[in-house]
Amino acid sequence: MIEKTLKGKPAYWIWLAFLGMFMAVGVACYVRQYLFGLGLTGMSRDVSWGLYISQFTFLVGVAAGGVMLVLPYYIHDYKVFGRITILGEFLAIAAIVMCLLFIMADLGQPLRALNVVLHPTPNSMLFYDMIVLNGYLFLNILCGWVILTAERKQVHPPKWIYFFVYLSIPFAVSIHTVTAMLYCGLPGRHFWLSAIIAPRFLASAFAAGPALIVLISLILKRVANYDAGKEAINKLVTIMIYSALLNLFFIGLEFFVGYYSNIPGHKETLQYLFFGLEHHGHVYNNLVPFMWASIIFMVGSIAMLATPAIRKGNEFLLGLACLILFTGLWIDKGLGFVFGGFVPNPLLEITEYIPTANELGIALGIWATGFFVLTLLYKIAVNVEHEIEH
Amino acid sequence: MDKQRRKFLKIAGASALAGIGAPALVKLTAGSAYASTHGAAPAHGAAPATGHAEAAPTGVRLGMVIDMRVIADHPALLDKAISSCTEAHNIPDFAGDRKNEIKWIWKAPFGSVFTEHSTSHLPKMVQDTDFAVLCNHCDDPPCVRACPTKATFKVKANGIVAMDFHRCIGCRFCMAACPYGARSFNWQDPRPYVKKYNPDFPTRMRGVVEKCNFCGERLALGKEPACVEACKGTGAIVFGDLNDPQSEIRQILDREFTIQRKPSLGTKPSVFYIV
Ligand code: SF4
Ligand code: SF4
Ligand code: SF4
Repeated sequence: MIEKTLKGKPAYWIWLAFLGMFMAVGVACYVRQYLFGLGLTGMSRDVSWGLYISQFTFLVGVAAGGVMLVLPYYIHDYKVFGRITILGEFLAIAAIVMCLLFIMADLGQPLRALNVVLHPTPNSMLFYDMIVLNGYLFLNILCGWVILTAERKQVHPPKWIYFFVYLSIPFAVSIHTVTAMLYCGLPGRHFWLSAIIAPRFLASAFAAGPALIVLISLILKRVANYDAGKEAINKLVTIMIYSALLNLFFIGLEFFVGYYSNIPGHKETLQYLFFGLEHHGHVYNNLVPFMWASIIFMVGSIAMLATPAIRKGNEFLLGLACLILFTGLWIDKGLGFVFGGFVPNPLLEITEYIPTANELGIALGIWATGFFVLTLLYKIAVNVEHEIEH
Repeated sequence: MDKQRRKFLKIAGASALAGIGAPALVKLTAGSAYASTHGAAPAHGAAPATGHAEAAPTGVRLGMVIDMRVIADHPALLDKAISSCTEAHNIPDFAGDRKNEIKWIWKAPFGSVFTEHSTSHLPKMVQDTDFAVLCNHCDDPPCVRACPTKATFKVKANGIVAMDFHRCIGCRFCMAACPYGARSFNWQDPRPYVKKYNPDFPTRMRGVVEKCNFCGERLALGKEPACVEACKGTGAIVFGDLNDPQSEIRQILDREFTIQRKPSLGTKPSVFYIV
């Protein structure tokens, strides 16, 4: 089936070339970073994780979001998701590829990455994250491929594959739970030390993943003549609305605990993220505009999605709402959650983090790589569907 | 006997610790009996076991008492301790650049060091004195728990939380996990910034984490930690086996009221402060 990626309209090639350009920039930036060290990033002793790990965290969610298609389709035999489920599975593959690249970009000694395997350490959450991420990647490649091959031959997929399909469901939940556990098990990082992090991650993932899938479905409908079906999209939008609301609810609970208990440790990071934190007469508030934009984006897009005229009638506005929601969730988890956790530092000092151009170049390169992989995978999926129709 | 004694000297550097060698040796050889009698004690004792209480001691657990009263009177001592650590361990000097700085032992105000303690109405001495900050060599270290490669590990023989610079992948999970900000990362090649090179200790490459190692390499040679040696004779920093009731450090701990950093986190720091 791979040969399908080699034939396409000019627009397809232009799009790939466009992504390839960013990938090349990413590679060049990475070579610079590799030769000099992570000092080329904006990270510091105090904010020791930055854009790479935050993108990783967010993208694990995007990957896990695919389960919102797999679960109804395979467990509840929800036929409407017949054409869209493969999009979810392939999105998960591309997202995990990005996750792994972001981890590699973040390592100070990337050539030693295999030490995680050579010296397995079961008390480290990163060890489990490695297992579930690679497991989920493998499951999605396997299931996506076998089922698509069967579809192409117009036969039923082999029975054994369903074992792996069902297995991928707990794996999807586990990748984001374990990723949450990277953070919520650390003593002394009060913002992260909250049992609600894992559920909050899942809620935001189940909104962000489907938002991207709906957006892509709408685009595919125009550029590739691939219609996932109105009803499927409508159902996904419902899932998104509830998940995004849950995420907002969880954020609200964090605010309540912090501000009502009035315990400084529980409050300070929220204060930093949303209002600015004062320290020695200086107010640190780098992220404040972003965080409020995130809240406005999330609330605004939920309102848009809940409006029947937009949801059912206007594809452009529907796509826009998905994009806004995705962006809002990205700021919330893909920026604020990780950066904020380091402020204040364990000695109650404040260092702010601003990514450097080189760092942004690498991050963009990895995102472009993800979309490159995604494009190839979707090209295959769409062509197979077209083949069946003819 | 002699062989065993030498072994102890190597692991704990006991020879340098004011004649505690003999009792420590007894303890080492009769380890289990000693541990069991002590283990039973809290159950019958008057002191109720609290969440922050420590388990019965077993083996050697190296620790440190920093007497801030002495340092308040002689602030230069702390500078001396810091520079001797810098020289002993080839710690690069980035001239105050907060982004790159590598710190093993450094100065910070009381409020930063003891974030769980009240800072209202502090006596003048506490307000005006810079406190020494270094890795606590926690008995239950979160950095070790987090490390995915065992590049950070606890040395069984003496409780030191040590690092293998050649195994570290530079994921910085341990930095997020340490609640004391004790770890530094080499954001770039540190070698050009090492002021005075000491051939007895390895320099680090970029991309790895480092921190105070309780001078494991000096203890192995029977020497005291560099910072302790720098304050010799003043009692500013006392180093020794926390599990040995006869040791100098234990006698100080038994006599003086000491505090540890963030005891509520259950990490059981091995560095104690007299304020
Ligand atoms: S102080 Fe930090 S680095 Fe040192 S042992 Fe404790 S957790 Fe680890
Ligand atoms: S940076 Fe090195 S020492 Fe720290 S957790 Fe990663 S591998 Fe372990
Ligand atoms: S014990 Fe050794 S490594 Fe630790 S601060 Fe003192 S001199 Fe430095």
